[in-house]
Amino acid sequence: MGEIVKPPTTTAVISGSEQGFATTRLDALLGWARKYSLFMYPFVTACCGMEFFSMTSPRYDVSRFGAEAPRFSPRQADLLWVVGTISQRQAPVLKRIYEQMLDPKWVLAFGTCASCGGFYDNYTTLAGIDKIIPCDIYIPGCPPRPEAVFDGLMLLQDKIARGDRTPGIVKPRQDPAQNLVELRTKNKVPA
Amino acid sequence: MSQKVVDILKEKFGSVVLETKSEHKDETVVVEASAWFEVAQFLRDDPRCDMQQMVDLCGVDFPDREPRFEVVMHLHSFRLKHRLRLKARVGDRDGEEATIKSVVPIWSGANWFERETYDLMGIEFDGHPDLRRILLYPEFEGHPLRKDYPANKIQPLVPFREGYEKLPPFDEFEGMSFGRQVFRSGKFD
Repeated sequence: MGEIVKPPTTTAVISGSEQGFATTRLDALLGWARKYSLFMYPFVTACCGMEFFSMTSPRYDVSRFGAEAPRFSPRQADLLWVVGTISQRQAPVLKRIYEQMLDPKWVLAFGTCASCGGFYDNYTTLAGIDKIIPCDIYIPGCPPRPEAVFDGLMLLQDKIARGDRTPGIVKPRQDPAQNLVELRTKNKVPA
Repeated sequence: MSQKVVDILKEKFGSVVLETKSEHKDETVVVEASAWFEVAQFLRDDPRCDMQQMVDLCGVDFPDREPRFEVVMHLHSFRLKHRLRLKARVGDRDGEEATIKSVVPIWSGANWFERETYDLMGIEFDGHPDLRRILLYPEFEGHPLRKDYPANKIQPLVPFREGYEKLPPFDEFEGMSFGRQVFRSGKFD
């Protein structure tokens, strides 16, 4: 354990004695394998689903990240995508689906509603799925753009590779206030 | 537009019609709650009214009034192309005895509307074939669209996790600077 034999690819490699080997740690290998084979369980409940479809469509193409295979049984899935608002009535269902998934498993909160309830501050909405199940990645946005989702996915893959189970949040690539500053400078509007 | 229907109702039912109002050619008739079913039946069956479609049925809560709730029904006639809004007032100040006769025998489409009104407003429909909650879960206590239901009261079905820390954008108020709790706490700027 601990080292793997890389299959020789060229004649030059075969001729060398020490070349043709690659060494790694087992957990690093497992992390590398897991991060590129995330079978997803889409728990799609609301309008964020539209952005989810867009993300899986050829234009954005989630399969580039090795995370495109949907499994509609939680027993075969690694990554639970919670896409959309979760109502109090759905909460036991979501919890049960999470419990049915086999370890190792990850949870991704897609959009503001799944992350914290969004603007649904009322009697019927669960204010964030982390109230009932542990959540690994939060993607803010109402809905988030596919780029933000991929940022979240890559963040998750990075965490899986490092064996890091602390939650992560997708940060905006650019400060939205910066756009306003640039616009004002361009149009010479006093702030 | 449907002033004719209002006149017919006044002529037919007399003192049962408590109040009528016309705004933007949109007629409203308030009737006695006890005559709710008879008026509805007449509106559908009379050839001069011919209200074949029940568009909507809902409830309104006026906590300061004595018959506290209003049951509002919107009717439409495809053939004669007129509409009518029918209202009745039920319930005392504590929200008790808010009972009215069901119109499901007249328009079967009223079934889910009445269940919704029962679920959220707590108005009971006498003679409804299956008066259960339709949107909320059976364990839910109270009726959330009543004005005396606490605005931030939730009734979770599964116990919440304990001992986890929220991440930076999600503070104790879930990052909602516009939320009701933030305004109540006085911490907004």
